[in-house]
Amino acid sequence: MRNDKTTKGKTASAPIVPGSRGYVRKRLRESWQWYLLLLPALIYILIFNYGPMYGILMAFQNYRPSKGIAGSPWVGFDNFIRFFKYPYFWKMIRNTLSITLLSLATFPCAIIFALFLNELTHVKFKKVAQMVSYMPHFLSEVVVVSLVMLMLDLSNGPVNNLIAALGGERTYFMGEPSAFAPIYVFSGLWQNLGWGTILYISALSSVPSEQIEAAKIDGASRFQVMWHINIPAILPTIMITLLMRMGRIMSLGYTKILLMDNDLVADVSNVISTYTYKVGILGGQYSYSTAIGLFNNIINIILLLSFNRLSKKLTDISLF
Amino acid sequence: MSKVSLNKSTIKNTKGDKVFLFIVYSMVILVVLLCAYPLYLTVIASISDPYAVYSGKVNLIPHGFSVNSYKLVFTNSAIWRGYRNSIIYTVAGTAFNLFLTIPSAYALSKKRMYGRNFLMTVFLITMYFGGGMIPHYLLYKNMGLIDTPWILIINGGVSVYNVIVTRTYFQNNIPEALFEAARIDGASELRCFFKLVLPLSAPIIAVITLYYAVGHWSGYFSALIYTHNQELQPLQLVLRNILILNESAYTDALQSGDAELIADASRQAYQALTMKYALVFISSAPMLAIYPFVQKHFVKGIMVGSLKG
Repeated sequence: MRNDKTTKGKTASAPIVPGSRGYVRKRLRESWQWYLLLLPALIYILIFNYGPMYGILMAFQNYRPSKGIAGSPWVGFDNFIRFFKYPYFWKMIRNTLSITLLSLATFPCAIIFALFLNELTHVKFKKVAQMVSYMPHFLSEVVVVSLVMLMLDLSNGPVNNLIAALGGERTYFMGEPSAFAPIYVFSGLWQNLGWGTILYISALSSVPSEQIEAAKIDGASRFQVMWHINIPAILPTIMITLLMRMGRIMSLGYTKILLMDNDLVADVSNVISTYTYKVGILGGQYSYSTAIGLFNNIINIILLLSFNRLSKKLTDISLF
Repeated sequence: MSKVSLNKSTIKNTKGDKVFLFIVYSMVILVVLLCAYPLYLTVIASISDPYAVYSGKVNLIPHGFSVNSYKLVFTNSAIWRGYRNSIIYTVAGTAFNLFLTIPSAYALSKKRMYGRNFLMTVFLITMYFGGGMIPHYLLYKNMGLIDTPWILIINGGVSVYNVIVTRTYFQNNIPEALFEAARIDGASELRCFFKLVLPLSAPIIAVITLYYAVGHWSGYFSALIYTHNQELQPLQLVLRNILILNESAYTDALQSGDAELIADASRQAYQALTMKYALVFISSAPMLAIYPFVQKHFVKGIMVGSLKG
């Protein structure tokens, strides 16, 4: 971000003045080859990302596939009101938030792990530790959920084997409502802890070693170096990562929740994003599902913008 | 990185430092063991005696030896088909992703491109706002892409996050002076991109390729909602049916009537369990085998600034 080489190039070879005659034409002539490189992605995004935004109109309609968006009757906010009046509305909000908050509570884990990895003096061990802890990131959700099921299996999973060996009682965790959120969050932590350190390690690698050296000569302990030099150095990265996370507070990984779902935990596993799938794709209620999706997206954006603003005010760090 | 740690070790550790390091090492070792254990268990359980696994005896060391689980897994034609499909979707899909991502990231890295901020905003908005599941579904349906292999190749064609990561790499790692020299020699911008930028970008191309490939290989959800034809199922969907929904993995073995493979019916329940472990291993092996080669580029690939628009 702080690389300004390209701007230097601009001032050096640009006698063109904004606002002068032929300025736009000159800039366009200069840029056309770059546009050519950009074009495929731009077309893709306009069709496949902006195209579906037209479909959002469905949220305010009673959409009939036979009539299309142009011919379907408008119903105003009926679909939203129906969602707010849905008896499980508050329950789904609560389920969504309780899983998200627990998952936010694990946010510092990757930071701590990165700081610890950074302290490792044994270079080879450090490499192995990184390689092993990145590993789970490369497993698919289906595999992670099956591993969780195998590990927690009632009669032969190692976790229950251990509990039994210690004299405890075997428990069917996958059918235990109170275990649902922890299983979701901690399997996610297991999968992404190592991977999540990369951003911080990259930030830590730019801490000038002279600064650390100087602190040590002044008698600072390793812990003090970590606390007073390393943590402040990665603070901007922490804030940016946290902000990105805030922008997704309402969108839980529904693909994983759908895999973990079963009748016994239905009470706690119903969240807004899985509901969108169930009523939309499985139930065929296109307008209703689109309205719920839009509601979810707008909440996310509001949260993102507010946290972004708050962060800008408090720490001067912001996404945009 | 290694330079930093070398410098550190030149100064003697105090007693407090030693305690601190002890805690650090213990915690890291604990995390490493926790990360590795489920995968270690997968390997030992898949080659152990099925009955020992079934009765919960395989926790730390393998018990007996049998590759029957692997043999049985490979008698299942759905798994073979899924494997083949996944390879096709991953290779073709990733190629399509790269074709869209790398050139556009390069263009967006050019501060002199007219309208750059506007175009960047067009990209960025899609990171936070989208039509949602149903509008996407209907768009694909109207385009006739549902239930074709194409949908699994072109879906998610541009990850704006990856575009930003790549753009930042171009900005920070390719000195502008190189371009000046090329321009003086009369090279066009396109020539610069193909002859100058691409050869210097192996690390970021490797990282981005891996990101996209993992996405294609690991996803099951797009296949679940956009395809219904069993012939098109990728591996993850087959896995979901067997591992999560507990569909029997050996209907095909039963049909083939191979007496040796299925000695008796009672053994099936045990075997089903070890087959699950074998499946987990077989399906995860490709990505686990590839990423260590790209690992050294990870840290350089994602720089902090990359997250900011």
